[in-house]
Amino acid sequence: MIVTEGLGKRFGELQAVEDLSLRVHAGEVFGFLGPNGAGKTTTVRMLSALIGPTSGKAWVAGCEVGRQDGELRRKVGILTESPGLYDRLSAERNLEFFARLYEVADVAGQVERYLRLLGLWDRRHEPVGGFSKGMRQKLAIARAMLHEPQVVFLDEPTSALDPEAARLVREFVAELKHEGRAIFLCTHNLDEADRLCDRVAVFRTRLLALDTPAALRRQLFGRSVVFHLRTMEASFAERVRALPAVQSVQIVDRKLVVGLEDPESANPQLIRALVEAGADIQFVGELRRTLEDVYLKLVGTPDGIPAT
Amino acid sequence: MRKIGVIIRKEWSEVFKNRLVLGTVGFLPLMLTAMPLVLLRVMGGEGGLGEVGTSDMPASFARLCEGLSGAECAQYFFVTEFLLLYMLMPLMIPVTIAAYSIVGEKSTRTLEPLLATPVTTIELLAGKGLAAVLPAIGATWLSFAVFAIGARLLGVGPRLVAKLADPMWLLAIFIVGPLLAIASVSVAVMISSRVNEPRVAEQLAGLVVLPLLALFFGQVSGLILLNLRLVLWMAVGLLALDSGLLAFAVQLFQRESILTRWK
Repeated sequence: MIVTEGLGKRFGELQAVEDLSLRVHAGEVFGFLGPNGAGKTTTVRMLSALIGPTSGKAWVAGCEVGRQDGELRRKVGILTESPGLYDRLSAERNLEFFARLYEVADVAGQVERYLRLLGLWDRRHEPVGGFSKGMRQKLAIARAMLHEPQVVFLDEPTSALDPEAARLVREFVAELKHEGRAIFLCTHNLDEADRLCDRVAVFRTRLLALDTPAALRRQLFGRSVVFHLRTMEASFAERVRALPAVQSVQIVDRKLVVGLEDPESANPQLIRALVEAGADIQFVGELRRTLEDVYLKLVGTPDGIPAT
Repeated sequence: MRKIGVIIRKEWSEVFKNRLVLGTVGFLPLMLTAMPLVLLRVMGGEGGLGEVGTSDMPASFARLCEGLSGAECAQYFFVTEFLLLYMLMPLMIPVTIAAYSIVGEKSTRTLEPLLATPVTTIELLAGKGLAAVLPAIGATWLSFAVFAIGARLLGVGPRLVAKLADPMWLLAIFIVGPLLAIASVSVAVMISSRVNEPRVAEQLAGLVVLPLLALFFGQVSGLILLNLRLVLWMAVGLLALDSGLLAFAVQLFQRESILTRWK
């Protein structure tokens, strides 16, 4: 659904996007993660034919960016960072306007469908200026979907929403995926990306990593098992380090963090060794790395110091 | 064409909910129609002008009064002063509408979703431009019609009423007016690309009235005589100016420019 080959955008001296190559498939939720100013919005704007690339090529829903822009815009829906609604017009009138510009065949039907789906039907006659942030965001999502696009770009879709509304939007996104649409999701909510996305790209001007969240966690951190011990002695670590399956050992307070290729096979051996060394094991668990750990390791901490 | 209509309807349904815009669009035509009518009434009333001869008029103007009595010529002279003020309508109304329509979209950040639709930038510019130009032209023409009918009802002689429909007035109202409106919208688009506050855009774009006011005061002071030849030159000049301004506005009104270069 989305293919980019060496896509780049330069604004004068500033290289905003460099050599971006990726593929997003139908029925996939693709997370596009990166710090502010990383070039995410520029990428989305290029892929939705709002601005032209200065290098490389891209195809979205079968249309080449820069050559079939009008057709491309008919096939993509975009939720911009700010909802961007006409405050003096009603919710219904806002959607009707965009439905007509998208040449939707059944304007009234589609408007009603999405207003109902996002819980705004009862407020359809009210001017949007009086809507809460959450309602505005939902209306903007409805607008992005009116013409049933094959590819949907969502920029921070749940940023302004309360937990209940955020959940509704996440369920909505999951539904879109099941309908076979490609969802290109830009978000700073890494927990949301972890839950929603089939694959994620970590991006800062250029692509830093691209894979499933689980694969990225594995690639960057491997797998680690944490042994909570009643008392800690240096000899326990020595004993464990001597085992061939062990890749790394760290002592954190009374916890032994052991890096392993395959914990399921190595754990019985490890436990035996620790018990023989006189350790009292209180609890064993896998150290859960989050997508945030992955992100910070790739992008660096907010101060620019790579996380360890 | 259909999308242009969709944009125009949206613009009107939104912009005319703004009282400031509605006030400008309503007040200017009312004022500029009422003033010359009141003047005609006062001048035409008992003892209004008394016995005025065309010898009291500037000689160059008196030549325009062929077939009119001295009093009628004086009325025609004063009412003609208002012709340039009439031209304020096609200048000011589009500026106000376009400022709120384009800068308003910038400040509410509705331009990006709009640009993401399959609408072409020409359709968008045409829609927004016509939404600003059409009410101005409509108001100008309607005001002129009301003025002509009002003048007749006020007892102004048929010769003077006929004179008000001479080629100079018709050219000014029906050709120069729309050309001014186009120039005004083009200037509003250019200014809208640089400012973020509708009122600032309106005030800056409002400076387009300065040349017109200069002409008006030139005419009042007797330095300039408004005649068919001058109005014809105005039309030709505006046609050339509009071509340049429109080309520049179209250049400025491209998706990439709007999203990356507009302030």
